[in-house]
Amino acid sequence: MADLLFYVLGGVTLGTAALTVLSRNAVNSAMFFLLSLLATAGLFVLLDAYLLAVLLVLVYAGAVVALFLFIIMLLDMQGGVRPPFTRATIAAAVAATGLLTVGVLSFVKRAQLSAAPVSSDLPVVGASLKSYAAQLFTTYLLPVQVVGFLLLIAMLGVIVLSKRFEGLEDIK
Amino acid sequence: MTIGLNDYITLSVILFALGFLGVLLRKNTLVIYMCLELMLVASTLALVAFSRFHGMLDGNVFVFFILTVAAAEVAVGLAIIVALFRRRQTVQVDELNALRD
Repeated sequence: MADLLFYVLGGVTLGTAALTVLSRNAVNSAMFFLLSLLATAGLFVLLDAYLLAVLLVLVYAGAVVALFLFIIMLLDMQGGVRPPFTRATIAAAVAATGLLTVGVLSFVKRAQLSAAPVSSDLPVVGASLKSYAAQLFTTYLLPVQVVGFLLLIAMLGVIVLSKRFEGLEDIK
Repeated sequence: MTIGLNDYITLSVILFALGFLGVLLRKNTLVIYMCLELMLVASTLALVAFSRFHGMLDGNVFVFFILTVAAAEVAVGLAIIVALFRRRQTVQVDELNALRD
């Protein structure tokens, strides 16, 4: 059952990711991206990371995709329809992607990951909220503070970026 | 046959490669940005899978930080894209060549 779910969710993730890359309209891309994220959240559930699945849906599928759609509609890029790819672009991109895939996959195969234990033998540590809290407030306390500060800086940066500066000369 | 770590990692690699393909292929800055996010999600999936199959929580906690940083990154990146559009009236990367000449 879990195996079948893995194949279904994995297939949906990869298919919608491919459609994100290839669809003609930017809004369609964002919608397929959303579907891909939802399927990934399903994979997280299969990996017993329930909290992360919920967070992925809330943060990515909720906030990030909504922000993308908002910006696409705000900029109104003439429907956002892309021109057809040139032959050279396709060749270069496919060759580079193939090299990346083959390189990383050969690395993975040589790492002998198949010797890793199966999931049913191991304790499910990612399922309880308590263990996350214990980790975040002891071992990872400093990174939590740093990330909080990063969010503050990002907020300030966005405010500065979206402000209009009148005296600034144009870089055109 | 049960699904093991290898299958998850393979899936994650292919997802990452698809995101990479999008970054190389597309000309629209917003779609490129979406594909970058796809690559981040792929690495997240690998982290969760490693964490699950080794019975440790550290990978999952890292995903927390990746999510936070990605959210901040999207906010700043989209603000930059909007500022760029205000100035140049385009988001196509082949028309953004101010540094070339």
